[in-house]
Amino acid sequence: MISWPGLAAQFTEMLLAVLLAPILQGWVNQCRAWMQNKSGPGILQPYRTLRKLFAKEAVIAYGASPLFRATPYVLFACMCLAAAIVPILGTDLPFSPAADAIALVGIFALARVFISLAAMDIGTAFGTLGARREMMVGFLAEPALLMVLFTVSLIAHSTSLATIVQHLAQAKFVIYPSLAFAGVAFTMVSLAENARIPVDNPSTHLELTMIHEAMVLEYSGRHLALIELSAALKLFVYSCIGIALFFPFGIAAGGDALGLLLALPVLVAKLAVGGFAMAVIEMVSAKMRIFRAPEYLGAAFLLAVLAMLIHFLLEI
Amino acid sequence: MPESGSALQLILGVILLWLALGLAGVFFPRNLHLVSRVLFPVGALGALVLATAALDALGGDTQSLVLPLGLPDLPFHLRLDPLSAFFLLLLGAVTAGISVFAAGYFRKGEGTPPGLQCLYYHVFIASMALVLLADDAYGFMVFWETMALSSYFLVTSDHAKAEIRRAGFLYLLIAHVGAIGILLCFGLLHGTGDYTFDNMREVQLAPFWATIAFALALFGFGAKAGMLPLHVWLPEAHPAAPSPVSALMSAVMLKTAIYGLLRVLFDLLHVQVWWWGVVILVLGLATALYGVIFSAVQSDMKRLLAYSSIENIGFILVGVGLTVIFQSYGMRALAALALTATLYHCINHAYFKSLLFLATGSVLHATHERALGKLGGLIHRMPWVAWLALVGTLAIAGLPPLNGFVSEWLLLQAFLFTPNLPHPYLNMLIPVAAAAVALAAALAGYVMVKFYGVVFLGQPREERLKEARDAGLLERAGLVWLAAGCIALGVAPVSVIGFIDSVTSQLLGKTLGASATGWMFLTPISPARASYAPFLFLLVILAVWLATWLAVRRFYHGRVRRAPPWDCGFPAQTARMQDTAEGFGQPIRQVFEPFFRMQRELPTPFDATPRYRVSVEDNLWYWLYLPLARVTEALTRVVTLLQRGRISVYLMYSFVTLLILLLFVR
Repeated sequence: MISWPGLAAQFTEMLLAVLLAPILQGWVNQCRAWMQNKSGPGILQPYRTLRKLFAKEAVIAYGASPLFRATPYVLFACMCLAAAIVPILGTDLPFSPAADAIALVGIFALARVFISLAAMDIGTAFGTLGARREMMVGFLAEPALLMVLFTVSLIAHSTSLATIVQHLAQAKFVIYPSLAFAGVAFTMVSLAENARIPVDNPSTHLELTMIHEAMVLEYSGRHLALIELSAALKLFVYSCIGIALFFPFGIAAGGDALGLLLALPVLVAKLAVGGFAMAVIEMVSAKMRIFRAPEYLGAAFLLAVLAMLIHFLLEI
Repeated sequence: MPESGSALQLILGVILLWLALGLAGVFFPRNLHLVSRVLFPVGALGALVLATAALDALGGDTQSLVLPLGLPDLPFHLRLDPLSAFFLLLLGAVTAGISVFAAGYFRKGEGTPPGLQCLYYHVFIASMALVLLADDAYGFMVFWETMALSSYFLVTSDHAKAEIRRAGFLYLLIAHVGAIGILLCFGLLHGTGDYTFDNMREVQLAPFWATIAFALALFGFGAKAGMLPLHVWLPEAHPAAPSPVSALMSAVMLKTAIYGLLRVLFDLLHVQVWWWGVVILVLGLATALYGVIFSAVQSDMKRLLAYSSIENIGFILVGVGLTVIFQSYGMRALAALALTATLYHCINHAYFKSLLFLATGSVLHATHERALGKLGGLIHRMPWVAWLALVGTLAIAGLPPLNGFVSEWLLLQAFLFTPNLPHPYLNMLIPVAAAAVALAAALAGYVMVKFYGVVFLGQPREERLKEARDAGLLERAGLVWLAAGCIALGVAPVSVIGFIDSVTSQLLGKTLGASATGWMFLTPISPARASYAPFLFLLVILAVWLATWLAVRRFYHGRVRRAPPWDCGFPAQTARMQDTAEGFGQPIRQVFEPFFRMQRELPTPFDATPRYRVSVEDNLWYWLYLPLARVTEALTRVVTLLQRGRISVYLMYSFVTLLILLLFVR
């Protein structure tokens, strides 16, 4: 079932994901800087930050338990696994039977629970505040994401991500109205899940409005580097899911090297457009009050359920 | 491994052994050493033997036996078929862990003496085993009542406290109201023959009476399982009981109710009507959401877990409902999938909930504190309990690669197959139901982060928590057994489903066949549709973890400096600045406000001694139970008119009754 060339392609894609993820983050930040009439730090800035953080010594609070130190590794491992099962370049993935779309949501939930527990570990006011808010965002975003994935699974008659993408990429051009709703819901969820505006602000310095940043306040050095890398990887994986589900054209169907090589520039182009779009969304919207977030996410959840209902009404 | 014919005898032998252990406890009620070092460990061994025998019987033939006990001409019929064997396996495997823990748990001076505790405990598990074996209504009801009574005495073991007596009374009341439902249900099912289940299988009921029987069974077993709106006893009784008893009640006793429901629905009744499934499904969803939302706002750790049990029962009922819907339309493969998810969740819940209840028991003994607001930071003082509880926490939050995720995954897969249903409105209902299940599952994650984070992480909220000691060896052994079960059930689902298959083939005539591509990949229906390989999943996570750790050490360094917490430069940080349980539940209180009956007292900014108080109560208690209680009281007042307290009046009553009867019989 598992072949060596397939495994090689799989590892290449995982490695590519880890390498490209900081660049995508850098690209979004650069676009934001341009739109704010700033020159920007360049798209390689996340790499420089990572290098600096890895080299620094890790300062850990006195009250930290081993859970606190293990969490960055768990987080990174979860995101790598997520990158392994999401079709990035091709749909022939030896690891894809390990986890399907439902398990993908499970992976994100696992990462979220670990980072929240780690945030509560030291027992600072901001840590617990961040954990509570992260779980609040999570309990609405998670079912919404699941419903989006359910809708596409119903279209493709499979929950395996590789099969879904294959089905969507190769089917004759059909307009699925349900996919439009699912796409809007997915965009809303991915903004919330990746701690972007309007739910959270990745570059905030105001502690009281923080969600993700409040949880990682106590981290430093290599641990912080791994968390930053995981966050970048999460953004990358989410972008790839969005691309694979809603714009799957150009993805390699087989596992041969040439197909994958051809799929790479297509992917880069799509990511560049997607990153720019994300920067535009972030520029034109304001961050909302924390208690507006449930309304926003509730709307995403309802849209996703609506997508599923529309699929039942119109497409069967 | 015993030969297949003797499994039933072996199980009966274990039950006798338990009763003997209980009796031994009565003769030495104050001898703690005997009870904890001999009786409970031997009981645990017995439970292991029972589990092995049940495992053996699961693949074997149905065995039956008639015990010439009880009333004349009414012997107890016993029968061991795959359905009984599966639940006996659950009982044995979980009880083994709980009994070992209980051996280290019961102390002197905590209510009932240990010897009597040992009697009630063993009678309780023996009666549960007999309920699962019973093959006639008479035996079933006798054992069912024994189970309710023995657990009542266990719940009220700390009976000096008024609120515990009150909790026990509520439990007993609802248990008996439920028992009436079950009794009436059997009364309908037996038709004109005798009360053996064999006869009930033969009887063909008219659709109307079958529906009434179904409603009675759902009411009766639902009361025991904690189905909405009969759930109120659960959050009262579970915290009142000693922790091993809460674990046993939540893990096993609630499952006997599910067993009864499955037995009546799929074995005794022949017909399944699709809307029965919808009723169970809707009730299950309501139960799951209600349970999880309430558990998010609790500030007592055992109440939180009790509400979480209600939520899990909701999930199980959703599975039962889906099974009925699929089965009524003759979609047997899908019914098998839904039933597999249900049974899998039964055994999962038994493992992780008993693990967590026992962990709260250890915390309770170490700190004498049940309120979440006074705990915290126990991972440093009680590392064994904390790390083992982490396994249970992740499992109950439904996270891969542990066991809670497997049953959730199977249940969601069952939902994804519903477009094939021939009923258009049902097709509309199902996506909404799937969304509600997903929401409840995500909320369960919230609740468990709150539970674990507040109890075990952070700084200790009270000074005396720094003296907390870790659990003893026996308690640890019990916890390790249950945690290992959570991991094994999560990593090797295909092997577990192999055992469940014999139950689904008995009840539905179809198996799931979960392993088209080897033991590693769980692929229900077909590999192209869905697959999940938790072992591979775990392997990748561990491999990436190790590789990252090595790479960071190799290319950079492993230097660490310890310092005071940063917390944005705020130096006067104290333990009271952490989120309390109330604080952590606040978003849920705000988002789901209409669900609660809330009373808040907020201090003004100028208050010198500010007090903040919030109480969250169950609306159903005020909307349903108190009116019912008032009606009952009014009725009793009417009946009291008859009660004059003078013998002459009573004699007149009997005389008048006699006269009237004579008129009729003439």
